Amino acid sequence: MIDARSEIRRIVEAARADGWVLEPDAKRIFTLAGFDVPRFTLAGTALEAIRFAGEIGYPVVAKVVSPRILHKSDVGGVAVGIADAGGLEAAFLRFQGLDGFLGMLVEEMVSGVELILGAKTDFQFGPMILLGMGGTGVEIYKDVALRMAPLSEKDALAMIEGLKAHRLLTGYRGAERVDLKLLTATLLAFASLVSELGGGIESIDINPLVCSSRRCIVADARIILQKENGPGSA
Amino acid sequence: MDLKPLFEPRTMAVFGVSASNYRHPANEIFNKNLLRYPIGVYGVNPRGGTINGQPIHRNISEVPEEIDMAVIAVRADVVPEVITECIEAKVRSAVIVSGGFAEVGRGDLQERIVAIAKEAGFPFVGPNCLGIYVPSHVDTFFLPGERMVTPVVGNVSFVSQSGGILVDQMIKFANEGVGLAKAISIGNKALLGELDLLDYFAADPATKVIAFYIEGFGGNEGRQFVLRGGKCGKPVVVLKSGKTEAGSKAVSSHTASLAGDYASFSAVLSQYHIVEAVNELELISFCESLSAYAKPIEGRVGIVTVSGGHGAIAVDTCASRGLSVPGLPENIREDLCKNLGPNVRDIATLTNPVDLTGSGVDEDFVATMRSFCSMENIDCVLALLLPYIPGITSDLGAKLGGIARQCGKPLIAYVPNVEKYAMLIEGFTLNGSPVAHSIEGAVLMVDALRRRRP
Repeated sequence: MIDARSEIRRIVEAARADGWVLEPDAKRIFTLAGFDVPRFTLAGTALEAIRFAGEIGYPVVAKVVSPRILHKSDVGGVAVGIADAGGLEAAFLRFQGLDGFLGMLVEEMVSGVELILGAKTDFQFGPMILLGMGGTGVEIYKDVALRMAPLSEKDALAMIEGLKAHRLLTGYRGAERVDLKLLTATLLAFASLVSELGGGIESIDINPLVCSSRRCIVADARIILQKENGPGSA
Repeated sequence: MDLKPLFEPRTMAVFGVSASNYRHPANEIFNKNLLRYPIGVYGVNPRGGTINGQPIHRNISEVPEEIDMAVIAVRADVVPEVITECIEAKVRSAVIVSGGFAEVGRGDLQERIVAIAKEAGFPFVGPNCLGIYVPSHVDTFFLPGERMVTPVVGNVSFVSQSGGILVDQMIKFANEGVGLAKAISIGNKALLGELDLLDYFAADPATKVIAFYIEGFGGNEGRQFVLRGGKCGKPVVVLKSGKTEAGSKAVSSHTASLAGDYASFSAVLSQYHIVEAVNELELISFCESLSAYAKPIEGRVGIVTVSGGHGAIAVDTCASRGLSVPGLPENIREDLCKNLGPNVRDIATLTNPVDLTGSGVDEDFVATMRSFCSMENIDCVLALLLPYIPGITSDLGAKLGGIARQCGKPLIAYVPNVEKYAMLIEGFTLNGSPVAHSIEGAVLMVDALRRRRP
């Protein structure tokens, strides 16, 4: 764990120049911290992408990796449900034309309820944890619960129960229910990771965190770093 | 730092009093304390002279008594010198009324006085503030006494970053009959801020409720505030301004956008059971009910009225705030029916709300109150009273208040706020039951007791 911790620190420090941690690196951080992350690779060529997809099996998700693209969906940098090598190659060619292209992330498709798990360092209150209904509509529905870290188990449960869409997690109208114990544990583990990372973080989005009856998966993650000597580092 | 000399001073020195300019703010402060408060007051000004028949001392060292509180109303650039003199003369605290510091870009001058005070362990309030008002004890506000509206003595202490808001809330406290223990405007809060006052009032036996008007906290100060406020054992009520995000700050992450400054503020307050008032009506209502009832409730309300419309509005307002209005079990209904007078028994609606109709008399209210008291799933009673109903007398407040005290359930009343009904209203308030002047206000009072629940 000490090794994992120093490796996490190393990844964060290496990202300082960009101001944020790119998705593959953010996913490495969450993997090191013990979170469930989809199997993925960062492919530099279409061939690499196709080879990896062959290993894990289709369908797969492909996403652009670029230090200049913070919101991938906004620029058409995400392709889901890719069913074959042809589709993967087409995605690669398209992403190549995007600003600052560094490679393409290929990962397994996961399914479940899309949540957002986030953190921010607040000037007045320090580290804050956010849980909400996730996906691309997150800022439209604004169905979120916010708490100051650290979190107790009671806080975590209250956050889950405080969501308007809470019933969507408990098997609404015959849908698969989310493992709430696993979600609570994920929330608590996230809050402790945030405390461990400390004031160097401006904000973190895990969006979506895909939860089902079996898993709670960090399907996408972005860590934005604080500018040196920023507020809240006190 | 010991803040007692600020709130319980025996002696005061007012810096800046003028023998020639009677309008000087320092003169107002000097005169009102000299004439109205049980406190030794001395004027200080290097030019000397007299004020109100009293000599003006040229220097603090000439003042014949030890001074608990200096009130400093001199030009900003002279303040560091005055503070130094006060410290040398063993003055124990100060209120710096003067403006002209950080608020006008003179952060350097402000830092200087903070450094001087910190080194000497010298507590001061301000600068750029009205300072302190303690009923019948001390008043550093430079406002003419006859222009101020002062609330009755009570147990709410109020801390405000803004002096204007403080004075205005005092008018509202007076109008609504909310009692004040101590009031303080902290201005630029260069040295003493919300945290220090939270700690002081948490330990102050005269204070039962601590209310704040807050514009914003310094770095990580909010965290300390909720951690301490949440476990100080007294209800803390906060009215916050600056809820809208300033400008169009570019926000790069969804979390940063969804957890804006105010969203975070509001969420954290409720996480720590600090009661946030979103507007003035909430502030006044919360202060009034929390000052009457210390015990938190779950929010299961029994409502009694003589008007179906009042009951319906109250139920709607309860529902919108997550308060429940449980129905009456059969046995309670039967008992209540027996205990009601013959004029009402057959026409009253014995659900919750209980509607006694325009034929209701005091004894019917008393019977209903007793029924609510006997119900385990009701933890608070709301009495919506319309004193123009012929059967209601001005004794009703005292009668219901007495029963509420015996059974230990909070009673909150609504009575229209007009002079004519003052005796009925006083019957409630003198017996410890707060009275709201709107149905919504009454429900807000109930809500305050629930939200305080840990």
